[in-house]
Amino acid sequence: MGKIILMVAISAALFNATTVFADSEIEVIKQQLDALKKDYEQRIQELEAKLLENEANTALEQKEASYPATSIKNTFNPDISLILDGRYASFDNDPENYELPGFFQGPESGIGSEGFSIGHTELIMSANIDENFYGKMTIALAEHDGELEVELEEAYIQTLGLGNGLTVKAGRFYSEMGYLNQQHTHYWDFADAPLIYRGIFGNQLVDDGLQMTYIAPTDIFLQLGAEISNGSHFPAGGSQSGVGTWTAFVDFGGDIGIEHSWQLGLSHWQANDISGREGGGHAHGGSATTETPSFSGDSKISALDLVYKWSPNGNPKQQNLKLQFEYFDRNENGTVTMLNSGPPEEITSYDGNQLGWYAQAVYQFTPQWRTGFRYDQLDSDNNGSDEDVLSEAGLDNEGHTPKRISAMLEWLLSEYSQIRLQYNHDQSYEVTDHQIFLQYTMSLGSHGAHQY
Amino acid sequence: MFHKWIKTCAFSSLLLSLFSNTVYAQVEVFACEPEWASLVRTLGGDRVRVYSATTAQQDPHHIQARPSLIAKVRRAELLVCTGAELETGWLPLLLRKSGNGKIQQNQQGYFMAAAHVSLLDKPAVLDRSLGDIHAAGNPHFHLDPYRMMQIADALCANLQKIDPENSSFYQQNLSKFNDDWKYAISQWEKQAQSLKDKKIVVSHDSWIYLEQWLGLTKVAVLEPKPGSPPSSGHLSHVLSLLKHNPADIILYADYQSDKSAQWLSQRTKISTIGLPFSPSSDENLIQWFDRFFKQLLSTELLSTEL
Repeated sequence: MGKIILMVAISAALFNATTVFADSEIEVIKQQLDALKKDYEQRIQELEAKLLENEANTALEQKEASYPATSIKNTFNPDISLILDGRYASFDNDPENYELPGFFQGPESGIGSEGFSIGHTELIMSANIDENFYGKMTIALAEHDGELEVELEEAYIQTLGLGNGLTVKAGRFYSEMGYLNQQHTHYWDFADAPLIYRGIFGNQLVDDGLQMTYIAPTDIFLQLGAEISNGSHFPAGGSQSGVGTWTAFVDFGGDIGIEHSWQLGLSHWQANDISGREGGGHAHGGSATTETPSFSGDSKISALDLVYKWSPNGNPKQQNLKLQFEYFDRNENGTVTMLNSGPPEEITSYDGNQLGWYAQAVYQFTPQWRTGFRYDQLDSDNNGSDEDVLSEAGLDNEGHTPKRISAMLEWLLSEYSQIRLQYNHDQSYEVTDHQIFLQYTMSLGSHGAHQY
Repeated sequence: MFHKWIKTCAFSSLLLSLFSNTVYAQVEVFACEPEWASLVRTLGGDRVRVYSATTAQQDPHHIQARPSLIAKVRRAELLVCTGAELETGWLPLLLRKSGNGKIQQNQQGYFMAAAHVSLLDKPAVLDRSLGDIHAAGNPHFHLDPYRMMQIADALCANLQKIDPENSSFYQQNLSKFNDDWKYAISQWEKQAQSLKDKKIVVSHDSWIYLEQWLGLTKVAVLEPKPGSPPSSGHLSHVLSLLKHNPADIILYADYQSDKSAQWLSQRTKISTIGLPFSPSSDENLIQWFDRFFKQLLSTELLSTEL
């Protein structure tokens, strides 16, 4: 077609040249050039039209796609979430009589009250502070002996992308001792802590300090970390100035294919020169002042944790299995004094060795139902110069090996709400207890990612 | 004894970590979903080393922040993800744990595809009673080839920023991709003409970009609310709805369970199609879309013959 137009244009130009009777040859050439110019302009226009036509669809489709997304979320507000946790508990034995013979227990190591009660109501706020830091705070409201207590569970800052796999955390945080310790109670698979956590940490180890972790640039997950803290919280305690405890941990982890993943952790916690760590009061009926054991000396805890998870095709929402095992071992050396005793004040040397483990399996067989089974076992071997004082401090295991079997069934109504029924066959002390919990855990607001 | 063992272990792992530092010539890329892994491979060729955090069989909404993923993010120089809160349940944690400065938000190595395209389905009201909704809009835009082109442009620019030495190499790959892709789009659009104005039932609202592109009409969703599994009550509601307003096909992503789709299909005689929602690990995007259309059209022809 272009050729025809060209020929027409040229012949028109020639025709013009012959009919107009140009004065000179130059005039003829000028006219020919004008004709050529017109012709080329026409062709270019045609090509442009074709191009436009070809891209019409594309342009149409892309028109509505040309505005980049804007986020509705106000990024200047921190993520806020509220955890509501309530339960109904039924025990055969009086929960006041609960004890773990042979274990030097912290102030909060009971099993809670019977009947209706609210558990830990947690308010969590977190956000990236700026490019360099992330901050998080958790406040827990809980009732102890009829009094409402506000606990600051976590309040820390953490570096973001310090580089080379390094992260520094400062403030109050859950220690990376063990596996379960760093998880919030609402994320636990059972309504109560494993016996060993209750026995040596008073449920969870938290302290004010500094943590540093390093992740190696390896294909397998390898994390090394250390913490130093002031040591004012159980199982350290008493008066402290400066650094009271330190922790070191190493974690390995990886996948086996798409469906299996695992993590293995080793950790060690140590407090030297604890002076005057008070244990849970050991009430002696009627007396005005309670005799409380107080420990001074060194304490060391070592732990091993192993977690394995499986989900078909790597889709845990549909179905998943989680196996978990943790082992703890605590060694203590020093003296135990019974406060408010005597005169003369009761005192004994103390060489304590307490250990325990638990193993659990949780199987989510459909997106909305989970069931789990847990077995706990503890053991202790404590020696001292005065067996009577040790016994009074609750450090004589009375020849008993604490054990517990738990089973639970969970109904996951949505990602944000769940209802759990749990049964414990509890042999923490000599008298076997049957415990039943019916518990709800719901979360409101933004729901952040959970750790492995 | 146990203490000693722990100390030995800690020491040896420290040594191991010191000696495992290797220098990589290729750009290490962490892709959250297989479609982005595939796109980066096309644009980056042998200058990139790509790891995909998920497979086509996994639901990217629900991934656990596994240790292996933390290890991979730790080494990444470029993170390529969907964004729009699709990975909100796991990616923020990986970023925080990684101790890697290159791929944090606002850094050069942080690429969220959603930031480069417009999103449909932005909810007007944010309320959890409405289910698992995304405030930024529907994040399943990888099924729109036009948006994919915009993302390829932006991703190429990002690769050039990170690895300026190979800038022209990435540019060449992009223009080749664009040519192939435009041609492929014209082919797919020809093939899919028969699908125009077909009525579909979907299991999760993850097809809206495809619906818009091919002119499909969605008449029902099997999930009562985004993210909650189909209940029997809701399914019977859908069934009665389909009696008055019959659909042509039931679509579901092949990583999802087909139970409710089959249940509905048996009662309505509407055929179901499980479609590959993401490319498999060895496919490029064109091969994946080809397979996608082959599957979509084969079943469609079958249903018109019946």
